[in-house]
Amino acid sequence: MNSVIRNRLLNVLLIAVLGLFLYWAEHNLDGYKIQILNLIAVNAILALSLNLIYGFTGMFSLGHAGFMAIGAYVSALCVLSPDQKEMMWILEEVVWPVSVIHTPFWFSVLAGGILAALFGLIIALPVLRLGGDYLGIATLGFAEIIRVLIVNATPITNGSLGIKGIPMHSTLLVNYAWLLVTLYCLIRLLNSNVGNVFKAIRDDEIAARVMGVNVFGYKVLSFCIGAFFAGIGGALMGNLLTTIDPKMFTFLLTFNVLMIVVAGGLGSITGSLLSSAIITVLLESLRAVEDPFSLAGFDVPGIPGMRMVVFSLVLLCIILYRREGLMGMREITWNALFRFIDRRKHA
Amino acid sequence: MSTSPLLALDSVTMRFGGVVAVDNLSLHVPAGSVTGLIGPNGAGKTTVFNVITGFYTPQAGNVRFRGETITGRQPHLICKAGIARTFQNIRLFGNETALQNVMIGCHVRQKSAWWMPVLCLPQAAREERAIAEKSLELLKRLDLMIYAGEKASSLPYGAQRRLEIARALATDPSLLVLDEPAAGMNPQESQALMHFIERLRTEFNLTILLIEHDMKVVMGVCDHIWVLEYGKLIADGDAQAIRNNPKVIEAYLGGEDLNSHA
Repeated sequence: MNSVIRNRLLNVLLIAVLGLFLYWAEHNLDGYKIQILNLIAVNAILALSLNLIYGFTGMFSLGHAGFMAIGAYVSALCVLSPDQKEMMWILEEVVWPVSVIHTPFWFSVLAGGILAALFGLIIALPVLRLGGDYLGIATLGFAEIIRVLIVNATPITNGSLGIKGIPMHSTLLVNYAWLLVTLYCLIRLLNSNVGNVFKAIRDDEIAARVMGVNVFGYKVLSFCIGAFFAGIGGALMGNLLTTIDPKMFTFLLTFNVLMIVVAGGLGSITGSLLSSAIITVLLESLRAVEDPFSLAGFDVPGIPGMRMVVFSLVLLCIILYRREGLMGMREITWNALFRFIDRRKHA
Repeated sequence: MSTSPLLALDSVTMRFGGVVAVDNLSLHVPAGSVTGLIGPNGAGKTTVFNVITGFYTPQAGNVRFRGETITGRQPHLICKAGIARTFQNIRLFGNETALQNVMIGCHVRQKSAWWMPVLCLPQAAREERAIAEKSLELLKRLDLMIYAGEKASSLPYGAQRRLEIARALATDPSLLVLDEPAAGMNPQESQALMHFIERLRTEFNLTILLIEHDMKVVMGVCDHIWVLEYGKLIADGDAQAIRNNPKVIEAYLGGEDLNSHA
């Protein structure tokens, strides 16, 4: 019991320290660094949601960009004022319910999540009967369908012109608050017996069915919860960038999230957090390799996309040398930390 | 049978394309008994188990459990009705601890919904605690306590077999279906298994149906034995009757050919 109270206190302390740091960062760091910190939070939410689907329940889903797109669009349509919408929709008149909606920011994010979860449910019912790679291909297709729908539903989404001038509500504190909410929900869920059931489905579907688990039902549940948080991540990302268009939500976006999840460790929450921090920072700092540089007297022009080449190599190395990613299925917990310190002391 | 059987198969036929794996099979398992299902390799024993546990829907015939027809029901509903099984090649949740494995078995009787623990509802917390306690109790009774925190895949073979049974018991079954529980065990271990099966029946108030190749185990623990060959029932009776049944001997040893080809 003692360690339970200790861990709880430490958690509170950690959150307080994080809050203080964010408060300091908001007032002292420049915009670029704040943006990176923001991106870390959003990427962490996205990685956690995909990890729930892929890492904990074992469903290879490549539909994340689709759910993010829904979240981002729903949230943007909710927070934009009716006047703004009327001005921006130049191809076709904006349709009725969208034209008058104007909600607070927190509600728009929640709505984005809920609609993404609803779409997740619609997709899950036919698609989750597939397994393995087939599921990946089918979800990839559905994500693309969502994108094409957005392009063509011009009266609602402003088509391929996208939406600009989304008021930026997502400050550092707001983004990290959403990250904490996501973390809290997922940790509570995964540490309960339902979490055990998800992991059972991942490990052995047939045995899970024999043990009385309604495998299909729980797969749908996990998929929808994942889609919900992906929608929230997408909504926050849209607000962060203040401009969205259908071209943003291609497979490449899913790939980024997937890379974070795989690098962090499938089935590890702390792994996803760590790797979203590392990969987001790397993605930004590696911009240097795209600049023109001179090597031993030769001038090399800047090559756009060089970053992704580096990342492909990193991913290749992970697959070749460290299959389980940074953390595997392990977690960094307070108990593990104290055990480690204890051992250090005795050694 | 004076009392109605716990499980009964009525002329069940299971075909895979042209192959008739189970042919017009009728058998019954009286409540409280240990019943054996034996037969040479490929006789269709595991297929019978898969029909009982809902993985296959037979083309003809009925499976009745406690007088209720369960033919073609989903496996998880059959588990809920009270039939639990183990597998010939152990199927544990390898990445989870022994305790978690048993807790997953408890899930089928769990009442609180998935969102309740997220909202920290006290009733959900109470149920989770009760499940953890029940699982630990089961591990203790099956001598698995020392492995509670270990990953299931890292357990020794015998312990994995017992853990699979513990997980099945966690679903509160009235019928336990064991697919070759003695597979890969040495004589001492199968001796211990016989006592273990006896203990299961009395301590947990179970009816047990088992497939087994180890004749010592089958003859030692079963009250009644059914013998299958090529999907057909060729004999049934108690151990003594089966041992002396010429058809059974022929199925296992190949009858007269034995001497001429040996």
